[in-house]
Amino acid sequence: MIELRNISKAFGSRIVLRKISLTVNEGDFITLVGPNGVGKTTLLHLIATLSKPTAGTILINGYNLADSASQLRRFIGVVSHKTLLYDDLTAIQNLSFYAQMYDVTNSLARIEMLLKQVGLWGRQHDLVRTYSRGMQQRLSIARALLHNPPILILDEPDTGLDQHATRQLGDLLAEMGGNSGGKRTTLMTTHNLDWGISMGNRAVVLAKGCIAYDSQGDKISMTQVREYY
Amino acid sequence: MSQNLRRYIRKIFAIVGKDVATEIRTKEMVSAMFVFSLLIIFIFNFTFDLRAGNVQTLAPGVLWVAITFAGMLGLSRSFVLEHDKGVLEGLLLAPVDRSTIYFGKMIGNIIFISMVAIVVLPVFMIVFNQPFTHVPRLGGIIVLGVIGLSGVGTLFSAMAVHTRAREVLLPIMLFPVIIPLILAAIRLTAAVLDGMLFADMSHWLTILVAFDVIFIAISYMLFEYVVEE
Repeated sequence: MIELRNISKAFGSRIVLRKISLTVNEGDFITLVGPNGVGKTTLLHLIATLSKPTAGTILINGYNLADSASQLRRFIGVVSHKTLLYDDLTAIQNLSFYAQMYDVTNSLARIEMLLKQVGLWGRQHDLVRTYSRGMQQRLSIARALLHNPPILILDEPDTGLDQHATRQLGDLLAEMGGNSGGKRTTLMTTHNLDWGISMGNRAVVLAKGCIAYDSQGDKISMTQVREYY
Repeated sequence: MSQNLRRYIRKIFAIVGKDVATEIRTKEMVSAMFVFSLLIIFIFNFTFDLRAGNVQTLAPGVLWVAITFAGMLGLSRSFVLEHDKGVLEGLLLAPVDRSTIYFGKMIGNIIFISMVAIVVLPVFMIVFNQPFTHVPRLGGIIVLGVIGLSGVGTLFSAMAVHTRAREVLLPIMLFPVIIPLILAAIRLTAAVLDGMLFADMSHWLTILVAFDVIFIAISYMLFEYVVEE
């Protein structure tokens, strides 16, 4: 479970997030939407330990992120619009490197399984720079799930993907524990409202650094999401 | 050796291995450093009408200008790959102590600059007509110098990479700090070329070793604050 308590974040005098409180239950798939510059990525960076809040507390499974960020990173996988992959290494080399960084046991078997799941087994010895954007993003998902994290953070994973690749990405996320009965907790930001909302079971709209809308399941109203967006 | 320490060292060498594998494939950094350092030696050789009398005086300076300037080229590229592709974020997301990244990158830089020095040293000996019997002792001085240069350079490279003028900023920040290191290395090199014993120059050797130890310790402590927001 992720719990944000009165989280604020400022860059100098510019306040990006204002006293945000949000509880994300285990297995939730939250689609976080909002216009550019509203603080979506900042919020995800705080949860991913890439940044520290100016005020407030973040708890992951009851542990304070400020005290044990290094240990809690093990529970988090991140996919962003940047692939976080080395272009001049092969898929296998990239995943092997990250497997070492995350102490993944039996890493070769795990890498083979993930590459098969994302449909890149067969191209595992090719350089990442030779992959299409869609393939790179699928490899990025394999990288994020390498250590089988209970929390998955997706920061605009569909950026730069065509409709077909976005659909493939959605299928992959659903298959790999998004909201199809898996226990993985997922937070995703996207500007593709229809696709994003259809992926999750809860929709949160961020506006002016605050949560303007938060609803789940059948109660999600696309009209209201668009209104606050 | 405790399991945690073994893990820590394994992760450091995972970063080193990744950097070496990338460099073997691209050959961007070492080839540029190699050509640049040779150019410096030849340009100095052609520019000054070196007579037998002043070779001993100028040669140590030429060698260290070649090593530090070529090293600067490499150091300025050290974090560029990570930064431009956003992969530094991937490293920061891993459940590792930030010092792992520092030591991994530092050892990678030591390897790359040393590789250049291995080629430059014999060329230097030939061009400046020095006996090859000095090579082992000069090698020892170069290793100590390169360790210090990489130790501080890795930290400053991580600082400069976030700025737009990083190529300009790095030498401006780094050169004033490494003055004691360059001075000690040049004095020791001159002593070797003059046929003096290390015992006669032990104070310069002490300065060189002390610089390495002190500045690596400081960089180790500061690195976390440099890479985090």
